[in-house]
Amino acid sequence: MKKIEQAVILKNQCYIDNIYDMVLYVPEIANVAKAGQFINVYTGKAEMILPRPISISEIDKKEGTLRLLYQVIGKGTEHICKMQKGSSIKILGALGNGFFINKKHRNHILIGGGIGVPPMLELAKTLQGNIHIFIGAKSKPILVEEFQKIGANISIATDDGSQGICGTVLDAIEIEEPTADMIYACGPKVMLKAVSEWAEKKQMQIQVSMEEKMACGIGACVGCTIKINKKGTHDWENLKVCKDGPVFWGNEVVWND
Amino acid sequence: MTRELSVNIAGVIVQNPVTTASGTFGSGREYSEFVDLNKLGAVTVKGVSNVPWKGNNTPRIAETYGGMLNSVGLQNMGVDNFIENDIPFLRQYHTKIIVNVCGHTIEEYCQTVEKLSNADVDLLELNISCPNVTEGGITFGTDIKMVQKVVSEVKRYAKQPLIVKLTPNVTDITEIAKAAVYGGADALSLINTLQGMKIDIHKKKAVLANKIGGFSGPAVKPVAVRMVYQVAKAVNVPIIGMGGICNGEDAIEFIMAGATAVAIGTANFSNPMATIETIEGIQQYMEQYNIKDINEIRGIID
Repeated sequence: MKKIEQAVILKNQCYIDNIYDMVLYVPEIANVAKAGQFINVYTGKAEMILPRPISISEIDKKEGTLRLLYQVIGKGTEHICKMQKGSSIKILGALGNGFFINKKHRNHILIGGGIGVPPMLELAKTLQGNIHIFIGAKSKPILVEEFQKIGANISIATDDGSQGICGTVLDAIEIEEPTADMIYACGPKVMLKAVSEWAEKKQMQIQVSMEEKMACGIGACVGCTIKINKKGTHDWENLKVCKDGPVFWGNEVVWND
Repeated sequence: MTRELSVNIAGVIVQNPVTTASGTFGSGREYSEFVDLNKLGAVTVKGVSNVPWKGNNTPRIAETYGGMLNSVGLQNMGVDNFIENDIPFLRQYHTKIIVNVCGHTIEEYCQTVEKLSNADVDLLELNISCPNVTEGGITFGTDIKMVQKVVSEVKRYAKQPLIVKLTPNVTDITEIAKAAVYGGADALSLINTLQGMKIDIHKKKAVLANKIGGFSGPAVKPVAVRMVYQVAKAVNVPIIGMGGICNGEDAIEFIMAGATAVAIGTANFSNPMATIETIEGIQQYMEQYNIKDINEIRGIID
């Protein structure tokens, strides 16, 4: 039986601004987790009854650890970011389907916007071949050095032009005109829509990691749905981000909603 | 010593008083990875309708202090899919099946119940209390005449005992309960969610796409206990009590208020093992106070 695990916090410190960097010792989950999956983090506070779904940024099976980069955006994450190294935290996972990886693919484009960048790190470490990552941010792109370390080709776009080009990741992509066997993207919905449309125009396959407000994280509450085109029809259906996703094919998402 | 946990819901003996609140447990499949479904008194499945329903727009979920709001809108694959896929799955387990039935019109309720009446399920639960659909649901459940009418119509098609699920969003729930029983309800379940709302003051808009949703979780428990207590005094059919139950102590409270069985709802989201832990908590309470039969303490509050 699966169960909620008690993970030990090995690190939990500010990475930059309101983004925190957490490392958890939880071999039961690290052993089975894959790039693109997420975990439920339980605050342990009675008044916050729902878990916080947080994407996995790195998996170290040898050390039995998971790394999470998360943004403090509300009371739950405010509470989590104050938890001390050495204490334990309840988590459930790994949840959802990760990215689909075809081992024959040798050229990969990764696209991360804002707090959508972290899951790209584990993906980049898993993939074989050439990796070109596009990192978007308002002003401070994250994890750039980590992607450098693994030898990825890096392009940066910032809203204020403080690093890389001044503009969106799509602007950067249109300048560079990269090609690949597969594109993987995670970030704000408006970005995912833009890059999916670009990929379709260029006739490249794209996987997008989606986000929606969740309760259970395991497919029971049917809260976190997104509209997905039904194959071979003009109709759509509501699929669950937690269980059917969070990764979907870019060309199956109903973007104009 | 062995403690008697089994209870009788309208002629159906369940091995213990714990079931699940509709819409919080899917059809059991998701939770079968976390709990042994054989140990549950019954699984109450997510609402099914005559045809597939797509549900509401997102966001459908919002957390509130000690609770949550939902406006899922009864998204489901329809009764035919349910009969084909979910019943065979659940029948692998030694637990009773309670099917929640939803509809926009009396005809839709009847069509679904007619199909289920010939299916291998133990009890039906008529959902006339969902706050998240514009027709049917709560619009039936808040009107005394309508409650009696829809229950008596559906009852003609039901071959299994019929539970009617009540909304708390009424002035006097005992009047609604009496109308349901008068219409032919064999049991009642309560409470469905309270209508609630949350506003994001920074974005200056409602958090739920539907603006208003159903409020559930530990925060609603006192309201639910009060209503179970009042309804238990007003009618003579078994009650499945629910509303914020997280553990054995909460369950005992509902049983003392008059509930024959209890349902775990929102707690499943906070803790996938909540159902099993509630059963264990009930057993511990019975040990502590040397209660031989759970039925001894039902409705003991004057």
